[in-house]
Amino acid sequence: MLSIKNLHASVEDKEILKGINLEINAGEVHAIMGPNGAGKSTLSSIIAGNENYTVTDGQILLEGEDISELAPEERAHKGVFLSFQYPVEIPGVSVTNFMKTAINESRKANGKEEMPANEMLKLIREKSELLEIDRKFLSRSLNEGFSGGEKKRNEIFQMAMLEPKLAILDETDSGLDIDALRIVANGVNKLKNENNAVLVITHYQRLLDYIIPDFVHVLMDGKIVKSGGKELAYELEEKGYDWIKAELEV
Amino acid sequence: MELKEKLISSFMAFEEQIDVHSELHDVRTSAIKNFENKGFPTKKEEAWKYTSLNTILKNDYSVFPKHENAIEFAEVKKYFLHEIDTYKVIFVDGKFSSFLSSTTHDGLDVCLMSSALTKPKYKMVIDEYFNKIASKDETLTSLNTAFANEGAYINIPKSKVVEKPIEIIYFSTGVEDALMVQPRNLVIVGENAHVQIIERHQSLNENPVLTNAVTEIFAQKRAIADYYKIQNDLLSANLIDNTYISQKQESRVSVHTFSFGGNITRNNLNFYHFGERIDSTLKGITIIGDKQHVDHYTLVNHATPNCESHQNYKTILADSSTGVFNGKIYVEKEAQKTDAFQQNNNILLGDKATINAKPQLEIFADDVKCSHGCTIGQLDESAMFYMQQRGIPKKEAKALLMYAFSNEVIESIKIPELKKRITKIIATKLGVNLGFDL
Repeated sequence: MLSIKNLHASVEDKEILKGINLEINAGEVHAIMGPNGAGKSTLSSIIAGNENYTVTDGQILLEGEDISELAPEERAHKGVFLSFQYPVEIPGVSVTNFMKTAINESRKANGKEEMPANEMLKLIREKSELLEIDRKFLSRSLNEGFSGGEKKRNEIFQMAMLEPKLAILDETDSGLDIDALRIVANGVNKLKNENNAVLVITHYQRLLDYIIPDFVHVLMDGKIVKSGGKELAYELEEKGYDWIKAELEV
Repeated sequence: MELKEKLISSFMAFEEQIDVHSELHDVRTSAIKNFENKGFPTKKEEAWKYTSLNTILKNDYSVFPKHENAIEFAEVKKYFLHEIDTYKVIFVDGKFSSFLSSTTHDGLDVCLMSSALTKPKYKMVIDEYFNKIASKDETLTSLNTAFANEGAYINIPKSKVVEKPIEIIYFSTGVEDALMVQPRNLVIVGENAHVQIIERHQSLNENPVLTNAVTEIFAQKRAIADYYKIQNDLLSANLIDNTYISQKQESRVSVHTFSFGGNITRNNLNFYHFGERIDSTLKGITIIGDKQHVDHYTLVNHATPNCESHQNYKTILADSSTGVFNGKIYVEKEAQKTDAFQQNNNILLGDKATINAKPQLEIFADDVKCSHGCTIGQLDESAMFYMQQRGIPKKEAKALLMYAFSNEVIESIKIPELKKRITKIIATKLGVNLGFDL
């Protein structure tokens, strides 16, 4: 599904990613953990195509195709979804209208007809129920005045609407209380199948109790320094990151 | 001959056609004198610091069109809001077109200024209102007053709720090489009456036009008037639009100005309060590009206690276009408990676009609530990335953000059909089809 090879990236001449290698297959859940400033959010932004970062070397392959030169919307049309750590407020555009535009632009790009209005409504109803979102919420301006938890739930709602191949969840657990966390995780798990993949980026192990990863990677100073199974997350939670540093120095 | 001299000599010719023994004549004479003394405004004057008329005063304008011009309904249909569901006062090259109009005297007067100014039955009303709130000092208003002869005359009697909107449209056909017109509108909204008016100036070909319009609006006690100005003219058209509004107690007047077209547009919009608990609304959306220039010069004169004013102007400037917002709120000593709000947000899309924004608050009362906010910025890049990430292409994302930016003003349009129309004009202007109405 996603294959990242020797990825180097920088922002304003400062190198942030220093040779990332990562293989994610369809049907898998991967987690990337690491201390603050390790480059976790940078990695997710770069996969999604944020133009503020420059890829200086390496490749990002999605189903074998190099997407590293594509515009963010083209990557989205190919099935990349990024749940933002800080979703942006867009006053004046309702959640519903935003989703209609997003879905139809994607369909257009993939040579499909626009989604008929009744089908769209049905889809919205179904997915909002999955995320336990109040219908009134959908006519409000996108993210405007939403609480932290509402924003994150709304991100996963959008993910459910768009049904991406690769979903990247960037610190989706931050700002969520335990009930919201459960709803969000439940949503992600229901969307999960053998044809798509999830990349969870998190600082804490908490979310991984609900979205259980097949692989855990530790990102430090722009590189993946350790990979393992889900038990690695527990180890990190318990011991912090210093022991890895120490291990690396040895 | 310079335009100023040409106008002064034209005035003499104009005088010969009209009754010189009337009070109106005295009004016109003192107006032309004021114009003669002051001439056209220049950038040396504070009020015209950012708008130069030099380039447009050079044309050799016809002041009285020589030709009678008929236009077919089909040609101009698209400029009307409705074929039947509105009253219409339509002018072609400054002359009334009875063919395109649909006026009325049935329970209200929607008709012609030229009749109102000359027929005895209107004399009392004209004496009471004509040129009573318009400035006698401002030179371009004086110029219009001197030549005031044609325009819309609207008089809504007490407690009348006018169900259909009234459309006032000034077409110029371009038969003249260059045309100057000076429309004059008078709107009187009686006690407790309610009216909605849409005004538009529209060129039909690319010969230069200079319009110097004056509109006086009188809102009596508890009257409600909603006035919409659509400025989406060709790049050959220039507009100086002077609007003066007099409000009595508990009246509510709103003016929305949509500036998308034209070469140079200057809007002078003045609100004067005569009574308590008055509500004034001034809103505008300006979206221009190329070398277009739009100047909003507003004044709200709070002279009485317990009144409110709400101002909200949104501007998007592309290419080398320039915008001006000069919003003055004047609160007199007696105007305690005034609640005056002013907001002006500007987005610059090009490196060469310029905005001059100048909020001006002069407050002499000590118990008031006055707030103003002014922002100048570019499109939010993080919002762009967010939308692109969801699959919305850059161009559409940009348009959606600009819609969103203007939405507060669009939302307050009370005529649904007009709201659709404005949304459509904006979409065309931005070159996108979003597939939904915001």
